[in-house]
Amino acid sequence: MIAHAIFFYTFSIIAVVSAIMVTASKNTVHSVFFLILDFISISCLFIMIGAEFLGMIMLIVYVGAVAVLFLFVVMMLNVAQQKNQWFAGQATSKHIPVGLIISTLIFFEIIIVIGGWKYKPEIFDINNSLANTSLSNTHSLGQILYTDYIHVFQISGMILLVAMIGAIVLTFRQRSGVKKQSYIKQISRERAEGVEVLEVQSNKGVKIDD
Amino acid sequence: MIEIGLGHYLTLGAVIFSIGVIGIFLNRKNIIVILMSIELILLAVNINLVAFSIYLGDLAGQVFTLFILTVAAAEAAIGLAIIVVYFRNSGTIRVEEIDKLKG
Repeated sequence: MIAHAIFFYTFSIIAVVSAIMVTASKNTVHSVFFLILDFISISCLFIMIGAEFLGMIMLIVYVGAVAVLFLFVVMMLNVAQQKNQWFAGQATSKHIPVGLIISTLIFFEIIIVIGGWKYKPEIFDINNSLANTSLSNTHSLGQILYTDYIHVFQISGMILLVAMIGAIVLTFRQRSGVKKQSYIKQISRERAEGVEVLEVQSNKGVKIDD
Repeated sequence: MIEIGLGHYLTLGAVIFSIGVIGIFLNRKNIIVILMSIELILLAVNINLVAFSIYLGDLAGQVFTLFILTVAAAEAAIGLAIIVVYFRNSGTIRVEEIDKLKG
């Protein structure tokens, strides 16, 4: 129990500090790195309380795909020249107190809701499908994911497909003046348009119009 | 304090959610950091769902976390594509200078 507490506080403090650094750091690349640290520590928390599959999926999806995507875009868009300023101008710094007030209000609202909420003790025993099973987390998750939630699962696959098509369509552009290999053109060439047989007369050569 | 319960995880989720909201409000650098703040908010939601799922013993929370993960990945891809196209067209992604709509 004490080990649980130690690990929880360690990882959650790392997560909170790195979340603050995501919003507060001057350099956007540093923000992405702190975002990666945040995801890693939260997935450690997930693994620690018993959701191993989700922890590993978070590592793969967020750290492996999303964070690398962010890094690519940050480096592609050359935002480094504005890294040495927190806020762009005086005109916008008047939003700061309003934003702080609204955010702390939201925080205290959530804290009031979850702090004044007591569970009945028997709710932890009703329908407790996790406690009285010998299956692993991944096994039991798969058992309900492919049976009860199969339609939602298919729809989430469709969402990913649409997102992929959308991202490609948005960023695709046809450049003019780029020399490219076209297989259709290469294959469909006839001999007549490529080769011409000429009679070469002696001492005159062949004049090639170019 | 020592006994880690459901409330601890919910508080952690609330803290990270509020930091994400602060990041959206206060960010004046570029729009990529706003996308990262949205990712933080979705992460806080995931923490809440997983904590409820574990402590109440119902696996539906973890299934929903999986779907939120999917939607977050799709949203990041589309959002970054839009940012790339915007940067290509207007040459800047600073929040202040994105004022084409005159809002």
